[in-house]
Amino acid sequence: MHDLVPMTALGASHPRSDTIGPVTITESPDWALASVAARLGQEANCQTALEKGLGVKVPGIAAYVSAETLAAFWIGPHVWMLEASYATRPDLAVQIKSACADTASVTDQTGAWVRFDLTGESLSRVMERLCNLDMGKLQPGHARRTLIEHLSCFVIRHAESITLYGPRSAAQSLHHSLITAAKSVF
Amino acid sequence: MIINHPLLGPCDAQEFVYKGDFRLIDRPDGMAESAEAAFFDYLYLRENPAGAHRELWFHEQGDRSWLVVTRNTVTHEITNVELARDVARSMGRSR
Amino acid sequence: MRLGTGGQIDRETKLSFRFDGRYYKGHPGDTLASALLANGVRLMGRSFKYHRPRGVLTAGSDEPNALVELRSGGRQEPNTRATVIELFDGLRAEPQNAWPSLKFDALAINDRLSTFLTAGFYYKTFMWPAAFWEKLYEPIIRRAAGLGAITTKPDSDAYDKGFLHCDLLIIGAGPSGLMAALTAGRAGARVILADEDFRMGGRLNAETFSISDMAASEWATQTIAELSALPNIRLMPRTTVFGAFDHGIYGAVERVSDHLPVPPEGKPRQILWRIYTQRTLLCAGALERPIAFANNDRPGIMTASALRAYVNRWAVSPAETVAVFTNNDDGHRTAADLIARGVKVAALIDTRPDAATVSGTELLAGAQVIDTTGRLGLTGITVKLANGQTRKLAVGALGVSGGWNPNVALTCHQRGRPAWDERIAGFVPAGDLPPGMTVAGAAEGQFSTHAALAGGAEKAVRALTDLDIEATLPVLPDSEDAPTRITPFWHVKGDKRAWLDFQNDVTVKDVKLAHQEGFRAVEHLKRYTTLGMATDQGKTSNMGGLAVMAELTGQTIAQTGTTIFRPPYTPVAMGVLAGRSTGADFRPSRLTPSHHWAQEQGAVFVEVGQWLRAQWFPRPGETTWRESVDREVRATRGSVGVCDVTTLGKIDVQGRDAAAFLNRIYCNGFDKLAVGRVRYGLMLREDGIAFDDGTAGRLAEDHFVVTTTTANAVPVYRHMEFARQCLWPDMDVQLISTTEAWAQYAIAGPKARKLLQKLVDPAFDISNEAFPFMACAEITICNGCPARLFRISFSGELAYELAVPTRYGDALIRRIMEAGAEFDVTPYGTEALGVMRIEKGHAAGNELNGTTTALNLGLGRMVSTKKDSIGTLLSRREGLTTADALNLVGLRPKDPQVRIPAGAHLLEKGAKAVAANDLGYVTSACYSPTLGSYIAIGFLKNGQARMGESLRAASPLTGEDVEIEIVSAHFVDPEGERLRA
Repeated sequence: MHDLVPMTALGASHPRSDTIGPVTITESPDWALASVAARLGQEANCQTALEKGLGVKVPGIAAYVSAETLAAFWIGPHVWMLEASYATRPDLAVQIKSACADTASVTDQTGAWVRFDLTGESLSRVMERLCNLDMGKLQPGHARRTLIEHLSCFVIRHAESITLYGPRSAAQSLHHSLITAAKSVF
Repeated sequence: MIINHPLLGPCDAQEFVYKGDFRLIDRPDGMAESAEAAFFDYLYLRENPAGAHRELWFHEQGDRSWLVVTRNTVTHEITNVELARDVARSMGRSR
Repeated sequence: MRLGTGGQIDRETKLSFRFDGRYYKGHPGDTLASALLANGVRLMGRSFKYHRPRGVLTAGSDEPNALVELRSGGRQEPNTRATVIELFDGLRAEPQNAWPSLKFDALAINDRLSTFLTAGFYYKTFMWPAAFWEKLYEPIIRRAAGLGAITTKPDSDAYDKGFLHCDLLIIGAGPSGLMAALTAGRAGARVILADEDFRMGGRLNAETFSISDMAASEWATQTIAELSALPNIRLMPRTTVFGAFDHGIYGAVERVSDHLPVPPEGKPRQILWRIYTQRTLLCAGALERPIAFANNDRPGIMTASALRAYVNRWAVSPAETVAVFTNNDDGHRTAADLIARGVKVAALIDTRPDAATVSGTELLAGAQVIDTTGRLGLTGITVKLANGQTRKLAVGALGVSGGWNPNVALTCHQRGRPAWDERIAGFVPAGDLPPGMTVAGAAEGQFSTHAALAGGAEKAVRALTDLDIEATLPVLPDSEDAPTRITPFWHVKGDKRAWLDFQNDVTVKDVKLAHQEGFRAVEHLKRYTTLGMATDQGKTSNMGGLAVMAELTGQTIAQTGTTIFRPPYTPVAMGVLAGRSTGADFRPSRLTPSHHWAQEQGAVFVEVGQWLRAQWFPRPGETTWRESVDREVRATRGSVGVCDVTTLGKIDVQGRDAAAFLNRIYCNGFDKLAVGRVRYGLMLREDGIAFDDGTAGRLAEDHFVVTTTTANAVPVYRHMEFARQCLWPDMDVQLISTTEAWAQYAIAGPKARKLLQKLVDPAFDISNEAFPFMACAEITICNGCPARLFRISFSGELAYELAVPTRYGDALIRRIMEAGAEFDVTPYGTEALGVMRIEKGHAAGNELNGTTTALNLGLGRMVSTKKDSIGTLLSRREGLTTADALNLVGLRPKDPQVRIPAGAHLLEKGAKAVAANDLGYVTSACYSPTLGSYIAIGFLKNGQARMGESLRAASPLTGEDVEIEIVSAHFVDPEGERLRA
């Protein structure tokens, strides 16, 4: 095992967490991500491979689904992002590629994103200062890409929390926007 | 403006990048005879209708689909939105 | 003066405030205007052109006169309307457009010169000589004109932006808006009710009639209480919906902290909301219009409804004795309300000979106000009676009612043109309303309270029915249902000046002049006289102006029409449009994986798009950037250097047709590229101009990694998606941008391989034989960390680019520095990177500048003629391939220590520096520590054929003029031996 020490997107060895009013914003670095794009004409085979090989059902449009150790969300026509704990699946992309073989193009995206989890009450009030998604209609299990303070982000609505994925290199700017919005509201 | 994305439903036009006339799909064959004249038309000649206009929009802050949006250039009314890939295929484009 | 009882103010609490240097007291619930009137202050400002003394004309956001500078320092805000400023303790406001004081204003001399300062004065007077305009006329005019002054200090407050969604947006919380909200709220619809006032209720707060069995304002309070208990309704007081945009998008500004001395820590002052709604109900009410008569602009003369509002809502009368001048029944209501509140009404002057009688005051039917007196405030009016006699009345205030204009502004933001309605003598909404918008209440021309309540309820039901939301009509409370009775009357005839537009000082005479000089169309009238062009956008004046014009042209008002209403409805601060995107937060910053480490090294950073990149790494003792950069270049060329190149765009291209696809994207061939090899590629735009360049490495038969320049990462991805989805939809190729996923370092210099061999796991042979120039591979380093290695070189040295998952980027740069210590590895920044690429003659953004072709760049032979790729055909166009086309060349100064200015133009020796003699231009220049000379690259006409010639690089901008020699752009190692070593 190599001895390179990872750094969080916010530039620390440990993830940061801030509580503002009823909302807690936590950086969550321990997630492996890989995108899966079905090859042309292989869409059905790709879905079957994902279901059989990894036990994850492919999410429909703008949906997020989670299985035991793996979750997936829709990011485009026949393109999905798969998400798993980094500790258990650091080589997520390799595992998916071996399950999908020639039915899909798989790209490791672990390093591309910073993840923040928002928990607590009144999350919608913070979100409405950040992006144009209709949080009143965005049900749990919904995933959308949208713009937050000029940054292209994924927003995933869970029953009790909201997950944001933003460009990793802009983690500090995104974090600043989230904190500022929360302080504006609470 | 709101663009009614065929997959995602209504989306703010701010999420999109505009390109232009959907005829840009109809790229001529560069190896054909008289290709130069065809390319000149393709690249430089555009209709400029006051009314319905089919145009290309890219959902950059969304699902990365190119769309063909039929928009009235006078009223901004949008009457149809299609996936550009489907339009391209229907125009005979393939490989 | 404050009346003894009544009003929606908290008399228990006293607020202290300052205006024009004097301190006053007011109460919560007051506006600055009501508080000043309560303190007997009628004079609040000076007019724009004539500097005439002015007081309030209205009690709302349509105010043209009472403009003040609010707050001080960075918070100073000019042109705020005293009528909408919510009073707070410690408020400070100053009058504007008056010097040395409000009471004695030197520029009031303009009033005496008014004969010369008529409409079109500037156009006629400052015509010639043209040269005088910029230097003389404009500065003089600018000094004299304008209202408040803006502060030059930075705004100390923050502004937010936000997004809201609803089924029904109700604009205005008067009787119709409240009733609509109640109806929709009870039906469960998602409703936003926005009102510009800090107290919802609209006119209900300013009237004395009752609804059901209670006072109108009490009914409003109860209704608002019911609404606030409904979770599906969002009540937004202090929120102005200022624009109706396409497809149900509305702009609104919520003034969350304007009523506080200073916004609470971390809280914004205002929020710009973007509201997405399915349906909109406009309940914006109506605005009363004045009647023009001689000297109708003195402080104390105001609209009758304003007078009524001050008395009823704020328990304030501007004077002990007042009069009312009207052409309609609503003026009678004002008189009755004033009398009921104990204010002495000297007379009710009604232009209608058949006006109904009133009790409590004398009715002067068929009479007109023909003049007024009072230098700094009204002291008396002269009335011409029906029998032709005149009578003088001593009054301190006059309420004027010329009828009500439905507030149609938002109905017109998308091509809507209102229609004339004789019944109310006003324009009502008509034509193309913004899709999804309906109008209720006074905004629709329904002026009775009953009609407003009924309209609000009915329109809400109809809007919800459209959305398949079931709603039922509520039982309407009893309320007044008086008919509208009006006989239009616009202006009293006479020779003296009668004001139409108070803020811009436009009088009836100016409209006559515009007519006489042919500016008769309303839009011409507006621009010629400036009628309606002030900050109030003519809310109280446009109607009068076009009525006068209609009279002059003999047309009806309907034929004359209105000018176009455009957003914003009321002025919007620039700050709130910027939101949080100011200063350092103007846009996001992207940090490279080595950023924290580079900071520790004391690196100097430069913005490259959103990225912050290390520009150079100063060492102790280095006093200029050149010293650092020269050292970094020498160290890299002498041993080994390392540079963070993560910012280069990376696009993962996969699929069975990946190679064929790239073959069409790049002008050079890619289908034959072997797995494990990298190739330089040039992308053209379809018009044949170079678009972007980079490398593509083939990791597998069906897998490439494409790099783009830092600046073009996004446009290139968009372009490739266009080609994939629109041009060749049946190619099997998938694209994913992976710029951020990898931390990538260039390791360059003769010792680069030795350094790398210490990091790369032994299973991977990176010897020159096994891993030659332009090889690539997926490897592991540091005992198992996945990595990608590319043997590519931008510096011209033996060089590699090593990529690891981003989270290990910080650890990797530290490891490289550790492992490289024995070779004295040197980090280098973008400056040294730039110097080395210029020394090698590599093109970058300065050369791929949107005007140059492959031929210009010296890459003409790369463009394959055997295939059809984007841009190849048109790159061969006659105009782009002339004999004297620009060629990329190297430039050396005759004196090596004289710099060549980038941007300089190339000229023959002795030729004048004019465009006709232009031979080309310098794109990139630097000092080359390798050659010990300044060098540059640039484009020269037919440059390939002019090697060795002497020319000049002249920059008229900097005054530099340097003798240069034309050489090959490959200054260093032209044979490329080092990078293959």
